[in-house]
Amino acid sequence: MRQTLSEKIFSRHCGREVCAGEYVIASVDLVMAHDTTCAWSLGPFSQISDRVWDPDRVLILFDHAFPAPSVDAASLQARIRHFAKEQGIPILREGVCHQILAERFVNPGDLVLGADSHTPTSGALGALAIGVGSTDFAIAMATGRCWFLVPSTIRLELEGELSPGVYAKDVALHIAERMGASGGTYRTLEYGGETVRAMSVSDRLTLTNMAAELGAKAGVVGADRRTAEYLQAMRPGYAVPDLSLFQSDEEAQCEQTLQVQVGDLPPLVAQPPDIDRVISARELEKDGVSLDQVFIGSCTNGRIEDLALVARIWQGQRLHPDLRVVITPASNQVYLEALSKGYLELFLNMGATVTNPGCGACLGRHLGVLAADEVCLSTSNRNFTGRMGSPSASIFLASPATAAASAITGKITDPRRFLA
Amino acid sequence: MNWIFGDHVNTDQITPGRYNITTDPNRLGAIAFIEARPEFHEKVRPGDFILAGENFGCGSSRETAVIALKACGLQAILARSFARIFYRNGMNVGLLLVIADISGIEPTDELFLNPQKGELLNRTTGDCRQATVPPMMLRFWEEGGILSYLSRQGLDQLSFLISGG
Ligand code: SF4
Repeated sequence: MRQTLSEKIFSRHCGREVCAGEYVIASVDLVMAHDTTCAWSLGPFSQISDRVWDPDRVLILFDHAFPAPSVDAASLQARIRHFAKEQGIPILREGVCHQILAERFVNPGDLVLGADSHTPTSGALGALAIGVGSTDFAIAMATGRCWFLVPSTIRLELEGELSPGVYAKDVALHIAERMGASGGTYRTLEYGGETVRAMSVSDRLTLTNMAAELGAKAGVVGADRRTAEYLQAMRPGYAVPDLSLFQSDEEAQCEQTLQVQVGDLPPLVAQPPDIDRVISARELEKDGVSLDQVFIGSCTNGRIEDLALVARIWQGQRLHPDLRVVITPASNQVYLEALSKGYLELFLNMGATVTNPGCGACLGRHLGVLAADEVCLSTSNRNFTGRMGSPSASIFLASPATAAASAITGKITDPRRFLA
Repeated sequence: MNWIFGDHVNTDQITPGRYNITTDPNRLGAIAFIEARPEFHEKVRPGDFILAGENFGCGSSRETAVIALKACGLQAILARSFARIFYRNGMNVGLLLVIADISGIEPTDELFLNPQKGELLNRTTGDCRQATVPPMMLRFWEEGGILSYLSRQGLDQLSFLISGG
């Protein structure tokens, strides 16, 4: 039978051939929760078990509000720490959960369950990574299994070469505009085509990360040579499996195939408060949208490639003096690399604030909370009302290049004039 | 009372990140829609309904959103469609989520929901319409959530349930 990558991965984890539309109980390779969702899972977990199924496959990461910014957050973290110690699970505190999963833990063909909506991110490695709530996480943590509806697949065929100044984030915003905030609900979004084949894993992670914003169950990219190179670079000595197993078959049944021509896309911006209110940066530039804060980071765009781009655009420039520019590397590894390449020195000398790795300002709990009526341009993935602070603040989403250009001018700015 | 909302109500609106730092259902109930609809948590009464459009509960996976709304004593949430994780979370904690066309229903209309029959009767207008509750949702709701089911039956029994048994 011809199968999609989703169906293949579910079949491997169900011990029989399954297809889209079937309800199944599948075993999982890894389960993950973080400093907030893990806290909510402890009560449910204690109702069904007192030992985790496998301490080596349960990952608990502190990233959402770490180090704790309040007594409430500290108390939740203390409870998790106590639980983790009891169960013999280390707590990882080295960056955003999805980035750490991609760097260190997820393999092509894995089925991963994460108590966080952006879990689809590591699907960029040819895995199936699915976001759930805390009770499903608790069930999987107790049993190593969970129930699923095998999703059908929407295939996105990306064709063409991105113009200078246009990046994976712009493609993701274009797709969001085209499909809408519920256009992927219950589906796997599979990104393929020549554009994706040519993309780095870092860029692919941006695409699969944003699949969550369309309501998708998973975002995947078939594993290939670039996946192997990434894994070997991140995990020295990594034995690359046979990657041909982690592709959709050519004639596999997809619910829909969408062609996406990327050659003419300009730099794009999502306007508050929805992901699909997308407009070109140039158009917004005409309106003169003044900014109070620029946030560069998150599981969408806090990687070394993103920071390299910002450093390149900022060479020989000055940041707008009225602006707060907050940079949060996605992981310790990104932080150390940015340090050794001199990016952090540049950022600090220019007056930007560099925070510890993690989610940072993305979720409005610490490290860059917005005041009433403030306007922020962020490289993250969510511009909901109140997401980053006051409900009267506005959040625009864009690529790191657009964020970097806007940090120079103090207004939302098309990055292309700084890239000439 | 029927609380009427539009499309794409997200979980950041239901339990905003900055308030959401507790596991206590009552504290969570007290922050439901605290910024998006500040009167909600004061005025909501047990038995009330939320009526909404497309993609209710989109965004973050936070289970606090369903816990908070359950703690408010809602009888059910009726929406044209639900976001995936929210729907699962609703099943898991035993909050009744019903797929229905909510057009034309007023805040003060008296609604009678029969989830077993899949019917929604508007006693004020006499209108009766379809209200979809899949068997799994119904079963977990009757059980008070997936955990009480699992602690009695175990995960393997779930395969009978999910295959429609
Ligand atoms: S960076 Fe933002 S979107 Fe990503 S996991 Fe953290 S809070 Fe969620």
